[in-house]
Amino acid sequence: MKGYMTIDNIPVEIHDERNILELIRKIGIELPTFCYYSELSIHGACRMCLVENEKGGLEAACSEPPRVGHKVWTNTARLRKYRKNILELLLSNHNRDCTVCNKSGECRLQDLALKFGIKNIRYLNTAYTPEPDESSASVSIDRSKCILCGDCIRVCNEIQNVGAIDFAFRGSQMKVATAFGVPMASSPCVGCGQCAAVCPTGAISVKNSLEAVWSDLLDKNTDVTVQIAPAVRVAIGKRMGFEEGQNALGLIVAALKRMGFVKVFDTTLGADMTVEEESKEFLKFVEKTHSLPLFTSCCPAWINYAEKRYPELMGNISTCKSPMQMFGALVKQYYKNNGKRHVHVAVMPCTAKKYEAVRPEFTCDGVPIVDHVLSTQELIRMIEQSGYQFNKLEPEAVDNPFGIVTGAGVIFGVSGGVTEAVLRTLTEDSSNATLLQTAMAGERGMEGLKELQVEYKGKTLSIAVVSGLGNVGRLLEDILSGKKVFDFVEVMACPGGCVCGAGQPYVPLSVKEIRGKGLYAIDKLMSYKRSSDNPLIEDIFSGILKGREHELLHVSYDSQEESTE
Amino acid sequence: MENVVNMDFLEEIVSYFKRSPSSIIAMLQEIQEKYRYLPKEIFPFLSKSTGLSEARIYSLATFYENFSLEPKGKNIIKVCDGTACHVRKSLPILERLKAKLKLEPGAVTTKDLAFTVEVVACLGACGLSPVITLNGKAYPAMTPDKATELLESLIEVKGE
Ligand code: SF4
Ligand code: SF4
Ligand code: FES
Repeated sequence: MKGYMTIDNIPVEIHDERNILELIRKIGIELPTFCYYSELSIHGACRMCLVENEKGGLEAACSEPPRVGHKVWTNTARLRKYRKNILELLLSNHNRDCTVCNKSGECRLQDLALKFGIKNIRYLNTAYTPEPDESSASVSIDRSKCILCGDCIRVCNEIQNVGAIDFAFRGSQMKVATAFGVPMASSPCVGCGQCAAVCPTGAISVKNSLEAVWSDLLDKNTDVTVQIAPAVRVAIGKRMGFEEGQNALGLIVAALKRMGFVKVFDTTLGADMTVEEESKEFLKFVEKTHSLPLFTSCCPAWINYAEKRYPELMGNISTCKSPMQMFGALVKQYYKNNGKRHVHVAVMPCTAKKYEAVRPEFTCDGVPIVDHVLSTQELIRMIEQSGYQFNKLEPEAVDNPFGIVTGAGVIFGVSGGVTEAVLRTLTEDSSNATLLQTAMAGERGMEGLKELQVEYKGKTLSIAVVSGLGNVGRLLEDILSGKKVFDFVEVMACPGGCVCGAGQPYVPLSVKEIRGKGLYAIDKLMSYKRSSDNPLIEDIFSGILKGREHELLHVSYDSQEESTE
Repeated sequence: MENVVNMDFLEEIVSYFKRSPSSIIAMLQEIQEKYRYLPKEIFPFLSKSTGLSEARIYSLATFYENFSLEPKGKNIIKVCDGTACHVRKSLPILERLKAKLKLEPGAVTTKDLAFTVEVVACLGACGLSPVITLNGKAYPAMTPDKATELLESLIEVKGE
């Protein structure tokens, strides 16, 4: 402790808070902000976080360090007036079609306008005519709803190291834009959706496929099946009225079945298949001399990033399809001769999966493997639209014949999970002691970069687990310059892995960790911990997939050229 | 469009500034000095060299009035519209120049890239108002007729 400062007449201990805002929030005051995220640099643009000091001066709490003996007030007459005024000014050039906005109900501007009782906007409405950029398969951008907080730009630059967007022009002409204003789809954007996750308004939002899903679902001549990704089950709890991180799979399955999905499956089996294929590939890979590591392939935003930034590394990325695509291919095979139109939906924590699903590489017998991708947030919307009281449903199990999954598959949803799953398969031992040893090897945790060494049949394998594209970029530079050498690198574009995907309800990083723990808790309860112990794997590989493993479970991204547009 | 920009020249610029992202504005100035605008083709190269995103460089290039992303004419005329020049009727001079050069509304450069006409806030020569500059040389106490004469004195306005 370094001393005290006073907030609203309450003495507060200063520890290592970076700014007054953190201290204010620590004592349970939800100071409104638009441009502050603890993970991002401080921009100080929105001025919502103003506090008043002893001399009557105003300070932006996000930009001022805590000082011993300093006194501030967070809710004075003046501050109330200013905050309301800021909101009015923001709304004066804002497209106020709230009812038809993608973010309606989750928009911070809408929320604060309501909380501060903004009833009348005294200024002339100078909103831009909406000209949304819908070119990306993952996100939509609509300038008429932008408040220029810069959150999207900072996340794209600082956390993701992509830099697809930035402010362009200045003064009243200022806007968030790609270089030369090209459509998002032709920009360096990788579709990770992190910008949409932090955008406080509807200016950047995740693409929505709800209507398409409903229309197939309600069509009598179509069988619609669905798969649910591991990370989804631990992220919908809070919004649906129970604890964050709690496993809601049973209730999700029940809700989806009621809606009319003929079969509800678990992507986790796809993850088990990925583990099997990837482990085989890795074992072959380590036999050969290699200067570069084998990179995992399940994260589509990482694939986009590598294609656009490091095309020379494409040859070192595992040829395994992502669990969603492996599982999709399996389901499409299974329903092939069913005589009815079959549509397969995937519920994912991810916005880049929406792009993966429309890539030309992921078709089978001329049709897309996955027809629609819904984000976790869209799933929540769908449940709300159905009117079901979520926690009054009776939990149900996923369907046969793909109903058996393992703990290894479940932990795919958190950074380090793929590595741990592969290690479990490689060790060929399901004893508790070995499992524990594998869990302690260093792959778990929310750090952006984890490096570990594992002994395997007299060899030392060097492994890196990296998440967040900014960390990925830095690691790749070290690998390419020869500064670091690895055999295997697990890459997830979103910091913390899929549990932190942009399709999930937004929560701060500390809460995302709870979701990760939720997945490890599910793993604990699973009878099978290793993917190779899953009895279905043997059945599937020697049955429905026999002779077609390569065609159905692997991919080559050589059609990059046409797919980048 | 490789032929638009000279790669050796770009390489020389970025290595002079040690590829430092904080020198990006100076690099852009050097490049604009040579080409009279910032060709689109320089962006990927500068981005690779400095580590700044193309969007960030575009951000800077559009922030500063002085940078141009459009090719500029061989002859650059700046018409001052600061307060002093404005009250002494700078706008009719501008109108005349635009009419003579057949500039479309909104355009600042003639299609044949012979002339660019810009409006500037204050050239700092209010005593000479209304003032215009042609390729950096100041012409004081202008009138629309004098502007026409000036244009006609330049051989480039053939066919006018
Ligand atoms: S989706 Fe990701 S890469 Fe694309 S602009 Fe947003 S943050 Fe940047
Ligand atoms: S798009 Fe959203 S996050 Fe980006 S500046 Fe505008 S309001 Fe802020
Ligand atoms: S949060 Fe402090 S200025 Fe925006």
